[in-house]
Amino acid sequence: MTSRPWAKVSNFQKFREKLVVKALLVCASISILTTLGIIFILMEESVQFFSHISLFEFFGSTEWAPLFEPRSFGVLPLISGTMLIAFGALIFALPIGLGIAIYTSQYAQGWWQKILKPVLEILAGIPSVVYGYFAITQITPLLQALFDDVEVFNAASASIVIAIMVLPTIASICDDSLRAVPKTVKDGAYALGARKSEVIISIVVPSALSGILASFILAFSRAIGETMAVTLAAGGTPNMTLNPFEGVQAMTAYIAQVSLGDVAHGSLEYQSIFAVGLVLFLMTLAMNLLSQFIVKRYARKYE
Amino acid sequence: MPDRENRSVFKVNTERRRLKERIFTTTILVATIMALLVLVYLIASVTRDGAGSLSWDFLTSFPSRFASKAGIKSAIAGSMWLGALTLFFSVLFGVGAAVYLQELANKNRMSQVIELSIATLAGVPSIIYGMLGLGVFVRFMALGRSVLAGALTMSLLVMPVIIIASREALKSVPDSIRMAAFALGATRWQTVRDHVLPAAVPGIATGVILAMARAMGEAAPLILLGALTYVAFVPSGLFDGFTALPIQIYNWTSRPQQAFHELAAAGIIVLLIFLLICNSAAIFIRSKWGAKK
Repeated sequence: MTSRPWAKVSNFQKFREKLVVKALLVCASISILTTLGIIFILMEESVQFFSHISLFEFFGSTEWAPLFEPRSFGVLPLISGTMLIAFGALIFALPIGLGIAIYTSQYAQGWWQKILKPVLEILAGIPSVVYGYFAITQITPLLQALFDDVEVFNAASASIVIAIMVLPTIASICDDSLRAVPKTVKDGAYALGARKSEVIISIVVPSALSGILASFILAFSRAIGETMAVTLAAGGTPNMTLNPFEGVQAMTAYIAQVSLGDVAHGSLEYQSIFAVGLVLFLMTLAMNLLSQFIVKRYARKYE
Repeated sequence: MPDRENRSVFKVNTERRRLKERIFTTTILVATIMALLVLVYLIASVTRDGAGSLSWDFLTSFPSRFASKAGIKSAIAGSMWLGALTLFFSVLFGVGAAVYLQELANKNRMSQVIELSIATLAGVPSIIYGMLGLGVFVRFMALGRSVLAGALTMSLLVMPVIIIASREALKSVPDSIRMAAFALGATRWQTVRDHVLPAAVPGIATGVILAMARAMGEAAPLILLGALTYVAFVPSGLFDGFTALPIQIYNWTSRPQQAFHELAAAGIIVLLIFLLICNSAAIFIRSKWGAKK
C-alpha cells in the first residue's frame, strides 16, 4: 500500500479488512460482556443467598451478624453505615467543592488558574489506601483531641477523608458547568448594577445548576463505593447509629472484611458478600443514571 | 424613596453589599487554599512518618513479623507484574474498542449498547470489579489467586478510562487526514492504522498512563481476589500468587503498632513517587505533543 497507494484493493485486503473490523468489534464488546458478567455474578450468588435468607429478613432486620451465632442477616446497619459516612462526606465536600469551582472559574487568573486545577486533581489521584492511612494517623487523633468520646474507629474520620477524595470530582465538574455560562448572561446582570458576588450567586450558579447537581450525585456515588479508606477508618463493627464518632461498618468494608478472612466458597457468608455487593451495585447504578439524566434533561443550551 | 429601593432586585444598600462581597470572596478563597493545604499536609505527614524507614533494605526485603526486618520486595515485584500485564491487556482491548467505536462502527443498536455499557462501567465501584474477577477469572476460568487473574480484573477496571481517553484523542484528529487517505484509495482500516492512530498516539498515551496510575493504587479488587498480604516470594510466572504495594500498605496500616505505621508510610512514599512519575510523564506528553493538533 505504501508504494502504490492507488492500487486496487485485492480480495485478500478485503478479507483482512473484515477480519480487523470484527476483531475490533470483539474488543468493544468486552464492555458489554463485563456489564453482563457483573450482573450475572452478583445475581447468581445472591439468588442462592436469598434462598436461605428471606428478603424480608434482609431488609427488615436491624442486626447484621453473619459470622457469629446466633446469625442474623439484616443489611440495614451496613446501609446506614454507608449512608452516615457518605452524607457526612458530602456535608464537607459540597460547599467546599462548589466554592473551589467558583474560585477557579470566576476569580483565578493567568498562571494561577492554569496550575490550580491540575494541582487539585492530584488529590483525586492519590490512592484510597493512602487516605485510609491519613485518616487513622492524622484525622482520628485530631478528632480525639477536639471532641470527647471519639472511638478509635469512627465514621467522622472516614467522612472527612472521603470528602477530600471527592473534592476534585465536584470542583472539576462544577468548574466546567460554571464556565459554560455565557458572558452575555453575566453582562446583563452587571448592567443592572449587580456586584460580582451577586452575579455569581443569583445568575451564574442557578444557570449551572444541572451540572452542579450532577457532580453532587456523582460524588455521592463515589463515596458509597469507596472501600479502602472506609475499611481502615470506620472499622468493622456493624452499628446502626447516627453518631459520627462511633465506629460503623460500611457495605464495602463488610465485603473487604469477609474477603480478607478465610471463607469457604458456597458458604452463606460467601454468598452474603454478593448480596451486599448487589445492593451496592444497584445503588451506585441508580445514582449514575440519575446524574446522566439530569445532565441530559436539564442542561441549558446557550446559542 | 424606600419603596422603590425594595422593589429593585439589586438593592442600593452599598455598605452591606460591599461587606457581603468581601465575605463571599474570602470564603471561596479560603476553601481553595484549605484544599491545597490539606494536600501539602498529607504529603508532609506521610514523608515525616515514613522517611526514617525508607532504606535500601526496605526495598529489597520480604515482609516480616518483625517491623525492623520487613520490606516491600515482593510487593514491588507483584505490582510490576500486575502493571505490565494490565498495561498489555487494557491497551490491546481498550484502544481496540475505542478505534472501533470512534472510527469504524456504524451508528446502530450494537454501538449504542456498547456506549451505554461503557458509561455504566465507568461508575461501578472498584470492589464490584473484584467480585467479577473472583467469579469469572479465579473460579470460572480457574486461574486461581494468580497475578494473571489480578491483571485481567484490573484491565477491566481501567478499560472505560482508556476507551474514553482514546476516543477523545481520535476525535481530535482532523478529518482532512482521513479524507486524504480515502482519496488515495486507502481502506478504512488502512486509514486508521497508518494515519489516524499515529496522530492520536500522544493523547492515547496520556490516557493510558493515567489509567495505569489508577490501577497501581487500587487495592479493593485485589483484596476480593485474595491477593495475599504476607508473600515471601517474587512471582515467577503468570499463575503465581502475588501481593501488591497498596495491599501491603493496607496490611501495615491496619495493625495497631506504631512501627508498622511507619513502614506503611514508607510504602506510601514509594507508591506516591511512582504515581508522581506517571503524572509527570502524562503532563510532559500532553505539553510536548498536545498543542500540535
